[in-house]
Amino acid sequence: MTPPLHIDGIALWAPSLPGWDLAAAALRGETAVGDAAAPAKRPSPQMLAPAERRRAPDSVALALEVAAAAVAASGQAAASLPAVFVSAHGDLGINDTMCSTLASTPTLLSPTKFHNSVHNAAVGYWTMATGCHEASTALSAFDHSFANGLLAAAAQCAADARPVLLVAYDVAAVGALASVTRSDGLLALALVLSPQRSGHTLARLDWALQDSQATAPALQSAAGRALAGNAMADGLPLFEALAQGTAASLRLPLSARQALRLSLTPS
Amino acid sequence: MSPAKPHTVPARIPPLTVSAFTATTAVGAGQQPLQEALRLGRSGLRPNDFGAQPLPTWIGRVEGIEATRLPTALADWDCRNNRLAWLGLQADGFIDAAAAARERYGTHRVALILGTSTSSIGATENAYTRLDADGRFPADTRLPRLHTPHSLAMFVQEALGLAGPCYTVSTACSSSAKVFADAERLMRLGLVDAAIVGGVDTLCGSVLFGFNSLELVSPEPCRPFDAERRGISLGEAAGFALLERGAGELQLLGYGEASDAHHMSTPHPEGLGAERALDDALARAGLDCADIDCINLHGTASSKNDEVEAALVARRFGPDVFASATKGFTGHTLGAAGIVEAVISLLTLRSGWRPGTVNTRVLDPVCGPQIRLAPAQGAVHRVLSNSFGFGGNNCALIFGRAESAAEGRA
Repeated sequence: MTPPLHIDGIALWAPSLPGWDLAAAALRGETAVGDAAAPAKRPSPQMLAPAERRRAPDSVALALEVAAAAVAASGQAAASLPAVFVSAHGDLGINDTMCSTLASTPTLLSPTKFHNSVHNAAVGYWTMATGCHEASTALSAFDHSFANGLLAAAAQCAADARPVLLVAYDVAAVGALASVTRSDGLLALALVLSPQRSGHTLARLDWALQDSQATAPALQSAAGRALAGNAMADGLPLFEALAQGTAASLRLPLSARQALRLSLTPS
Repeated sequence: MSPAKPHTVPARIPPLTVSAFTATTAVGAGQQPLQEALRLGRSGLRPNDFGAQPLPTWIGRVEGIEATRLPTALADWDCRNNRLAWLGLQADGFIDAAAAARERYGTHRVALILGTSTSSIGATENAYTRLDADGRFPADTRLPRLHTPHSLAMFVQEALGLAGPCYTVSTACSSSAKVFADAERLMRLGLVDAAIVGGVDTLCGSVLFGFNSLELVSPEPCRPFDAERRGISLGEAAGFALLERGAGELQLLGYGEASDAHHMSTPHPEGLGAERALDDALARAGLDCADIDCINLHGTASSKNDEVEAALVARRFGPDVFASATKGFTGHTLGAAGIVEAVISLLTLRSGWRPGTVNTRVLDPVCGPQIRLAPAQGAVHRVLSNSFGFGGNNCALIFGRAESAAEGRA
């Protein structure tokens, strides 16, 4: 039996749903997708200095925005939290630029683009912005990236009995990559998991592996379905359930042959 | 030196047995050529002959990748990185050890956690050189599972017939060291009974021209810790290890993971994250620095890495510790470096052969007496292996012989 965990902080950012309060209402079906003002182009994480904010790649801006929001909601100190960042594809815009340069003028590759192209760029910037010296990681698992990121974060939280930050994000496929990689728009999700219940706890999370095939739960809301084209959309069913704030059970596929079984009990 | 901030010291963990392991590098496929190169001080580096416009540098290129053919059933996964993974799985009978573990525990009870920095991006780079008239990938390369970081792990999972937890760790040059930590947590929680860990990275334009753009690539074979070192030599490699519970001959005793919080491509000047990774690895193993006999250094031959790492070793370890860097043999294999150097550490434990620091002539004065150029033979009980990556991502692993776990210490 895996020990139950607690969800102490939550965040979501998409251009049409820039923040958890707006997103929760839309994922409950209370507001229509278009209710917000004009969609935001990309997040503007206030933890970065203005110049850094402008220079940050989309993937970094996106990840830092939800990381900061989830940590603020959790009442934890950012510097004390091990961080698990997960992205199916990393920064597809940077990959497109780099591959284009390599195909034409490889010696002109930008050093900044190169160091920002590593899959752990976003978590690296997060640790720098928060002065966090804890363990940090960057994972990927194709179409099941959120579920696998949650598994890794839950395992770290349970095994070491410490709160852990989970940040999941993907950006749009652009350029030639869009002819092969499926990911639309921007979507970022974040949770702070804790081994103990606290005043910030939203829900208890029971979790276990299920050794059989599972199909992804159908999205219940128009707002959720509108985001389904992003590569991190496999996390949306959990966020819909958390927005409802009622007890729920769901199975998120980890692969074609295994699933993560989750039970939510609201606090 | 500023002391590391106080932090939660991890609890000691039960050791895990490393029951099979292998590495395929520029010196050859499997343990035997690697052990022989380490004994003879034979570097696998050669002048760069990779790609259409080779930069003037030296590389650790694996022989035989071009001629490797994947089995028909796996042909959709064909690319340089997955071919190297396939080559690596054949060496030392690792694929048979993996199959035996799958039979013993069940397909869902064996995790597969692999590290890679660039995975199959080489295939993506190739597609960009022959886009169609509409700027799209040519039809034969439009395979979404090939152009993504998880490609390697999905391919190996299919090749090994596994169905347990499977994800990719991609934290640049610490990737395939950190996989040991992920696997240990899944095993300790009882989610799986065994784990296959490892990593594969192949030479590609992104890393050759990328490190070149940062002026980190050496025009000569890399010389770790040399006073006149001129940068890194890139390499490619595949490596795997099988972790099981119980008290086998060779064990994973501890690991530590920590962040520099300093800079994307330069280490913390005082090695803060590296030192914290060391402390956490010692705590999980229930050991002190004095219990470590041998260190496989990260030792890339970049100016800053070696300076910071040498200072850390000099201030934390006694003069009798034997520390060396093996990237002069294999090149810096990036996301595969953690597993390659874990395998070298395991060979050191088994044979007592402590590899020297090949190519290096005159040690930088910043080095303490711990860092050696010449190899040595002698009993080795516990080895520390360091892996540090871009983004300030640090991992330290401690391996030991069965009798070396700190019984009753913690």
